[in-house]
Amino acid sequence: MNADMTPDKATLLEMYRKMSLLKQNDEQARAVILSGKLPMIYYSPRGQEVIPSAVSVNLKREDYICTIYRGTHDLLAKGVPLKDLWAEMAGKASGTCKGKGGPMHITHPASGAMITTGIVGSSMPIANGLALASQLRKDGRVTVAYFGDAASNIGAFHEALNMASVWKLPVVFVCQNNRYGEHTRFEKATAAKRISDRAIGYQMPGVTVDGNDPLAMFAAAKEAIDRAREGGGPTLIEAMTFRFFGHVFGDADAYMDKEEKAAAMAADPVPRYRAWLIQQGHATEAQLHAIDEPLGREIAEAIEGAIAAPFPDLAELRKDVFAAEVPA
Amino acid sequence: MNTATAKAKKMSTIQALNMALDEAMAADPGVIVLGEDVADPEDGGVMGVTKGLSTRHGDERVRSTPISEQAIIGACIGAAMVGMRPVAEIMLMNFSTVAMDMIVNHAAKLRFMSGGQTQVPITIRMTTGAGFSTGGQHADYLEAWFAHTAGLKVVTYSSPAEAKGLLLSCIFDDDPCIFIENLTTYFAPGTPAEPGERIPLGVANIVKPGSDATVITYGAQVPIALAAAAKLGEQGASIEVIDLRTIAPWDRGTVLQSVARTRRAVVVHEAVKPFGVGAEISSVIHEELFSQLKFPVQRVGAPFCPVPYSKPLEQAFVPGVAQIEAALRRILD
Repeated sequence: MNADMTPDKATLLEMYRKMSLLKQNDEQARAVILSGKLPMIYYSPRGQEVIPSAVSVNLKREDYICTIYRGTHDLLAKGVPLKDLWAEMAGKASGTCKGKGGPMHITHPASGAMITTGIVGSSMPIANGLALASQLRKDGRVTVAYFGDAASNIGAFHEALNMASVWKLPVVFVCQNNRYGEHTRFEKATAAKRISDRAIGYQMPGVTVDGNDPLAMFAAAKEAIDRAREGGGPTLIEAMTFRFFGHVFGDADAYMDKEEKAAAMAADPVPRYRAWLIQQGHATEAQLHAIDEPLGREIAEAIEGAIAAPFPDLAELRKDVFAAEVPA
Repeated sequence: MNTATAKAKKMSTIQALNMALDEAMAADPGVIVLGEDVADPEDGGVMGVTKGLSTRHGDERVRSTPISEQAIIGACIGAAMVGMRPVAEIMLMNFSTVAMDMIVNHAAKLRFMSGGQTQVPITIRMTTGAGFSTGGQHADYLEAWFAHTAGLKVVTYSSPAEAKGLLLSCIFDDDPCIFIENLTTYFAPGTPAEPGERIPLGVANIVKPGSDATVITYGAQVPIALAAAAKLGEQGASIEVIDLRTIAPWDRGTVLQSVARTRRAVVVHEAVKPFGVGAEISSVIHEELFSQLKFPVQRVGAPFCPVPYSKPLEQAFVPGVAQIEAALRRILD
């Protein structure tokens, strides 16, 4: 590994801070859903925290991301504020989208979170457009499109990768291969052995990386983002990971291989990285606790605030349909 | 070219559309044109609408794309979200079906779903219309699909000058606009467009005033409706013809005021009649003016079948003067 591909200590700890935020956010999300206090549709990203954490430390605030319904980890890692995110999940007027988007459509341009789509595969064509604007304006921004393994089987993936490569767009396609598309195992639905193998068909670099290994993920993300920023065009990264809590939170999981799931959960990447940081002398237990503890409190406050916040006015039904309000 | 010569010379719709795009690109560096074959080495589009634009404005801004409708519309959406004003050419309206996820789930809804944080000021140009024996997948009018989707504006024109003025308004509108062009009238000469002129969206045009009945239509059916109105005029009936121009959101005020005066109405479109735009307009007229109507509102549209190939079938498919005339006679007698 090149020296510049190894994160410095501050970056190692920033990656940890993000992972801790994402893990705890998911834990509290599942808890509040189970408590009945905040019913919502929720696609848990638990187990996939390393990927957006390692990607985001290589991005600037003004860089763009496009993500999907299983995307709270991507959004928080990019910097979407907890309070706004939770108010949106609760459908409240103070949410990122005034409560009109919901958990599957969080948008926060101030953080560079340009779209969260509920349609498999649709983050990629739109990411190209953001990257096209950057290319035309020469503003140096990079766009990251997040998507799952199953999205590589939909037409939009192929159209978008081809166009991005033909036009050398500053975009990075980050596939979070969590081994299942909805309830169907990867091998059963995908002819390619590795999704990164599909990159060669579009003459772009493709790499499969252990998405649960922060250092490997950091290096892959940095290389691709640097390439895009320097005008070298797009990259397809396949980040291998595993989702711990099924497709939609609450599904019965009967379709999953129990042993595989147990092994993946035993190898939980977040505590593994935490232990590694201490073992390598990058941080002490006390220092990491000092990162974890306030994040947990901040999340809890965001959730409480969201539950207490007022719902949007019914007049919102006529607003934001068009630029001008729809007449009553 | 000075104004006097411009006025004297007739202009085709293709020239008018080209003029609108050229003006928009000159006025705003955020206007870009994406579509299959749109750049000059590829002939400026299969119909030549964008001819000359890449030479004048650069092939960065006028880009021939792969035949990838989802990727074309997706690229337009992304660029529009950060302040550009992309124009997509989707060649034929039927090809828009390949990009319906991008149009319906994304372009139409991102403003609402983001609570107004992002907007998608894109214009999607597409042409269509039966009459060139292209069969079932190259000539459909699908405006009702788009009009039924909250967040989309649907616009069409009935003359070259209007094509230019309305397209310019679409490009500079802050909402996604579906701009429907008509293949069979592309080359017909008409009054030339004026430089700089725009025609506002959402405002219908009373093409011909009248007092006995109102025909509400749009696009290539406008001249056909005018011909039917002229035939009835010879027999003393005074028919008002309204060109909607903007199909969605449509100008209810102009239509309802007209029908309140004439108390009789026919809605005409080339799209198949069942579940069409005519059903919505007819229904609103009945809801608002039921007690004032002398006769139920009539609808004229194509029969409920795919666009046929064989010439006599195709000719019978497109509503003509005879059908409109018959509908008017039904409500006038």
